[in-house]
Amino acid sequence: MSEKITIGCSKNELVKIRQFTSDALEVRNVPDLQAHKLVLAVDEVCANLIIHANDCNPENKIEFDIAFKTKQIIFTFRDKGVGFDINEYQSPSLEEIVSTRRQGGLGLMLVKRIMDKIEFSTEKNYNICRLIKIIPE
Amino acid sequence: MAEIAKEKKDKVLLITVVGEIDAGSSIFLDNALKEAMDDKEKFIAVNLTGLEYISSAGLGVFISHLDEFQNENVKMALFGINESVREVFAILGLEKLLKITDTEEEAIESLQ
Repeated sequence: MSEKITIGCSKNELVKIRQFTSDALEVRNVPDLQAHKLVLAVDEVCANLIIHANDCNPENKIEFDIAFKTKQIIFTFRDKGVGFDINEYQSPSLEEIVSTRRQGGLGLMLVKRIMDKIEFSTEKNYNICRLIKIIPE
Repeated sequence: MAEIAKEKKDKVLLITVVGEIDAGSSIFLDNALKEAMDDKEKFIAVNLTGLEYISSAGLGVFISHLDEFQNENVKMALFGINESVREVFAILGLEKLLKITDTEEEAIESLQ
Protein backbone atom coordinates (compact mmCIF):
# COMPACT_ATOMS: atom_id res chain seq x y z
CA MET A 1 0.00 0.00 0.00
CA SER A 2 1.18 3.53 -0.65
CA GLU A 3 0.08 7.04 0.28
CA LYS A 4 0.59 10.04 -2.02
CA ILE A 5 0.63 13.83 -1.80
CA THR A 6 1.74 16.61 -4.17
CA ILE A 7 2.95 19.96 -2.85
CA GLY A 8 4.16 23.25 -4.35
CA CYS A 9 7.76 24.32 -3.71
CA SER A 10 7.13 26.71 -0.82
CA LYS A 11 8.50 26.38 2.72
CA ASN A 12 4.91 26.81 3.95
CA GLU A 13 4.16 23.39 2.48
CA LEU A 14 6.60 21.61 4.80
CA VAL A 15 4.00 21.39 7.53
CA LYS A 16 1.71 19.48 5.11
CA ILE A 17 4.41 16.93 4.27
CA ARG A 18 5.14 16.44 7.98
CA GLN A 19 1.48 16.00 8.86
CA PHE A 20 0.93 13.62 5.94
CA THR A 21 3.94 11.49 6.93
CA SER A 22 3.09 11.57 10.61
CA ASP A 23 -0.51 10.47 9.94
CA ALA A 24 0.59 7.61 7.64
CA LEU A 25 3.12 6.35 10.21
CA GLU A 26 0.59 6.58 13.04
CA VAL A 27 -1.94 4.48 11.11
CA ARG A 28 0.79 1.82 10.66
CA ASN A 29 1.55 1.93 14.40
CA VAL A 30 5.15 3.09 13.99
CA PRO A 31 6.36 3.99 17.52
CA ASP A 32 6.34 7.74 18.28
CA LEU A 33 10.11 8.19 18.73
CA GLN A 34 10.86 6.37 15.47
CA ALA A 35 8.07 8.22 13.64
CA HIS A 36 9.43 11.59 14.82
CA LYS A 37 12.83 10.81 13.28
CA LEU A 38 11.33 9.57 10.00
CA VAL A 39 9.17 12.71 9.72
CA LEU A 40 12.29 14.79 10.34
CA ALA A 41 14.25 13.02 7.56
CA VAL A 42 11.36 13.53 5.14
CA ASP A 43 11.12 17.22 6.13
CA GLU A 44 14.87 17.71 5.59
CA VAL A 45 14.88 16.22 2.09
CA CYS A 46 11.75 18.13 1.18
CA ALA A 47 13.18 21.44 2.45
CA ASN A 48 16.31 20.75 0.43
CA LEU A 49 14.29 20.12 -2.74
CA ILE A 50 12.15 23.23 -2.18
CA ILE A 51 15.03 25.60 -1.43
CA HIS A 52 17.98 24.30 -3.46
CA ALA A 53 16.50 22.26 -6.32
CA ASN A 54 13.45 24.45 -7.00
CA ASP A 55 14.46 27.89 -5.71
CA CYS A 56 11.25 28.16 -3.61
CA ASN A 57 9.12 28.45 -6.77
CA PRO A 58 5.58 27.45 -5.71
CA GLU A 59 4.70 26.66 -9.35
CA ASN A 60 7.13 23.73 -9.21
CA LYS A 61 5.72 20.56 -7.69
CA ILE A 62 7.06 17.73 -5.58
CA GLU A 63 5.25 14.39 -5.64
CA PHE A 64 5.77 12.38 -2.50
CA ASP A 65 4.65 8.92 -1.57
CA ILE A 66 5.18 6.42 1.20
CA ALA A 67 5.16 2.69 0.48
CA PHE A 68 4.85 0.25 3.35
CA LYS A 69 6.51 -3.08 2.50
CA THR A 70 6.87 -6.13 4.71
CA LYS A 71 10.33 -5.25 5.97
CA GLN A 72 10.82 -1.66 4.91
CA ILE A 73 9.21 1.74 4.48
CA ILE A 74 10.10 3.59 1.27
CA PHE A 75 9.68 7.37 1.02
CA THR A 76 9.84 8.60 -2.59
CA PHE A 77 10.19 12.20 -3.84
CA ARG A 78 9.74 13.10 -7.52
CA ASP A 79 10.48 16.60 -8.84
CA LYS A 80 11.76 18.35 -11.96
CA GLY A 81 14.20 20.76 -10.27
CA VAL A 82 17.99 20.70 -10.29
CA GLY A 83 19.04 17.09 -9.66
CA PHE A 84 21.12 16.40 -6.56
CA ASP A 85 22.35 13.06 -5.25
CA ILE A 86 22.50 13.17 -1.44
CA ASN A 87 24.93 10.25 -1.45
CA GLU A 88 27.55 12.40 -3.17
CA TYR A 89 27.21 15.22 -0.63
CA GLN A 90 30.00 15.44 1.94
CA SER A 91 28.52 16.86 5.13
CA PRO A 92 30.78 19.36 6.90
CA SER A 93 31.94 18.46 10.40
CA LEU A 94 30.24 20.05 13.42
CA GLU A 95 33.46 21.94 14.19
CA GLU A 96 33.48 23.34 10.65
CA ILE A 97 29.85 24.43 10.97
CA VAL A 98 30.55 26.19 14.29
CA SER A 99 33.72 27.96 13.13
CA THR A 100 32.21 29.16 9.85
CA ARG A 101 28.98 30.23 11.63
CA ARG A 102 26.93 28.59 8.88
CA GLN A 103 23.36 27.46 9.42
CA GLY A 104 23.24 24.76 6.74
CA GLY A 105 24.87 21.37 6.58
CA LEU A 106 23.11 19.55 9.39
CA GLY A 107 20.02 18.45 7.46
CA LEU A 108 21.53 15.88 5.14
CA MET A 109 23.72 14.64 7.99
CA LEU A 110 20.48 13.87 9.87
CA VAL A 111 18.93 12.14 6.85
CA LYS A 112 21.96 9.89 6.40
CA ARG A 113 21.96 8.95 10.10
CA ILE A 114 18.22 8.27 10.27
CA MET A 115 17.68 6.33 7.04
CA ASP A 116 19.22 2.96 6.11
CA LYS A 117 19.55 3.62 2.40
CA ILE A 118 19.22 6.59 0.04
CA GLU A 119 18.78 6.16 -3.71
CA PHE A 120 18.84 8.83 -6.41
CA SER A 121 17.93 8.41 -10.08
CA THR A 122 16.48 10.35 -12.99
CA GLU A 123 13.63 9.14 -15.19
CA LYS A 124 11.89 11.10 -17.98
CA ASN A 125 12.95 14.56 -16.69
CA TYR A 126 12.08 13.61 -13.12
CA ASN A 127 14.57 13.40 -10.29
CA ILE A 128 13.67 10.54 -8.01
CA CYS A 129 14.97 10.36 -4.46
CA ARG A 130 14.12 7.32 -2.33
CA LEU A 131 14.69 7.08 1.41
CA ILE A 132 14.53 3.54 2.72
CA LYS A 133 14.05 2.54 6.35
CA ILE A 134 14.40 -1.10 7.29
CA ILE A 135 11.82 -2.21 9.86
CA PRO A 136 13.46 -4.20 12.66
CA GLU A 137 12.17 -7.82 12.95
CA MET B 1 3.81 27.49 13.63
CA ALA B 2 6.28 28.93 16.14
CA GLU B 3 5.89 31.50 18.87
CA ILE B 4 8.88 33.14 20.48
CA ALA B 5 8.69 35.29 23.61
CA LYS B 6 11.40 37.13 25.53
CA GLU B 7 11.48 38.06 29.18
CA LYS B 8 14.23 39.46 31.38
CA LYS B 9 14.81 37.74 34.73
CA ASP B 10 17.53 39.68 36.60
CA LYS B 11 20.64 39.29 34.46
CA VAL B 12 19.22 36.44 32.37
CA LEU B 13 17.30 36.80 29.11
CA LEU B 14 14.70 34.06 28.97
CA ILE B 15 13.63 33.12 25.43
CA THR B 16 10.60 30.82 25.23
CA VAL B 17 10.00 28.84 22.04
CA VAL B 18 6.63 27.18 21.46
CA GLY B 19 5.51 25.11 18.44
CA GLU B 20 7.53 23.91 15.48
CA ILE B 21 10.81 25.31 14.16
CA ASP B 22 11.46 24.33 10.55
CA ALA B 23 13.06 25.85 7.45
CA GLY B 24 10.24 28.41 7.29
CA SER B 25 10.10 29.49 10.93
CA SER B 26 13.79 29.23 11.97
CA ILE B 27 14.24 32.90 10.99
CA PHE B 28 12.23 33.94 14.08
CA LEU B 29 14.59 32.05 16.39
CA ASP B 30 17.56 33.53 14.54
CA ASN B 31 16.15 37.03 14.95
CA ALA B 32 15.61 36.50 18.69
CA LEU B 33 19.26 35.48 19.16
CA LYS B 34 20.51 38.33 16.95
CA GLU B 35 18.45 40.82 18.99
CA ALA B 36 19.94 39.39 22.18
CA MET B 37 23.41 40.08 20.78
CA ASP B 38 22.39 43.60 19.72
CA ASP B 39 21.07 44.20 23.24
CA LYS B 40 24.43 43.02 24.66
CA GLU B 41 22.82 40.20 26.64
CA LYS B 42 25.40 37.98 28.35
CA PHE B 43 23.22 35.23 29.82
CA ILE B 44 20.56 33.51 27.68
CA ALA B 45 18.28 30.69 28.85
CA VAL B 46 16.07 29.14 26.17
CA ASN B 47 12.87 27.45 27.35
CA LEU B 48 12.07 24.62 24.92
CA THR B 49 9.33 22.99 27.01
CA GLY B 50 6.73 23.89 24.37
CA LEU B 51 8.91 22.97 21.39
CA GLU B 52 7.21 20.10 19.59
CA TYR B 53 9.52 19.86 16.60
CA ILE B 54 12.83 21.23 15.36
CA SER B 55 14.52 20.56 12.03
CA SER B 56 18.14 21.17 11.06
CA ALA B 57 17.25 24.77 10.18
CA GLY B 58 16.48 25.47 13.85
CA LEU B 59 19.41 23.46 15.16
CA GLY B 60 21.62 25.34 12.71
CA VAL B 61 20.50 28.63 14.24
CA PHE B 62 21.77 27.60 17.69
CA ILE B 63 25.03 26.25 16.27
CA SER B 64 25.70 29.23 13.99
CA HIS B 65 25.74 31.63 16.97
CA LEU B 66 28.11 29.57 19.16
CA ASP B 67 31.34 31.02 17.79
CA GLU B 68 30.10 34.59 18.23
CA PHE B 69 28.82 33.80 21.74
CA GLN B 70 32.24 32.49 22.70
CA ASN B 71 33.99 35.57 21.29
CA GLU B 72 31.59 37.93 23.07
CA ASN B 73 31.58 35.91 26.30
CA VAL B 74 27.86 35.17 26.02
CA LYS B 75 26.56 32.08 27.80
CA MET B 76 23.50 30.17 26.61
CA ALA B 77 21.66 27.17 28.06
CA LEU B 78 18.67 25.28 26.68
CA PHE B 79 16.17 23.56 28.97
CA GLY B 80 12.94 21.52 29.04
CA ILE B 81 13.52 19.63 25.79
CA ASN B 82 11.05 16.77 25.25
CA GLU B 83 12.22 13.23 24.52
CA SER B 84 11.60 13.24 20.74
CA VAL B 85 13.36 16.56 20.21
CA ARG B 86 16.19 15.58 22.53
CA GLU B 87 16.80 12.50 20.40
CA VAL B 88 17.33 14.79 17.40
CA PHE B 89 20.01 16.72 19.32
CA ALA B 90 21.57 13.36 20.23
CA ILE B 91 21.68 12.06 16.62
CA LEU B 92 24.00 14.95 15.76
CA GLY B 93 25.92 14.90 19.05
CA LEU B 94 24.85 18.46 19.83
CA GLU B 95 24.80 17.87 23.61
CA LYS B 96 28.59 18.15 23.42
CA LEU B 97 28.37 21.65 21.96
CA LEU B 98 25.33 23.07 23.72
CA LYS B 99 24.56 23.43 27.41
CA ILE B 100 21.33 21.46 27.96
CA THR B 101 19.51 21.09 31.29
CA ASP B 102 16.17 19.73 32.46
CA THR B 103 14.83 22.74 34.35
CA GLU B 104 14.94 26.53 34.22
CA GLU B 105 16.65 26.66 37.62
CA GLU B 106 19.42 24.35 36.41
CA ALA B 107 19.79 26.35 33.20
CA ILE B 108 20.16 29.65 35.06
CA GLU B 109 22.55 28.09 37.56
CA SER B 110 24.69 26.71 34.72
CA LEU B 111 25.08 30.21 33.29
CA GLN B 112 26.68 31.65 36.44
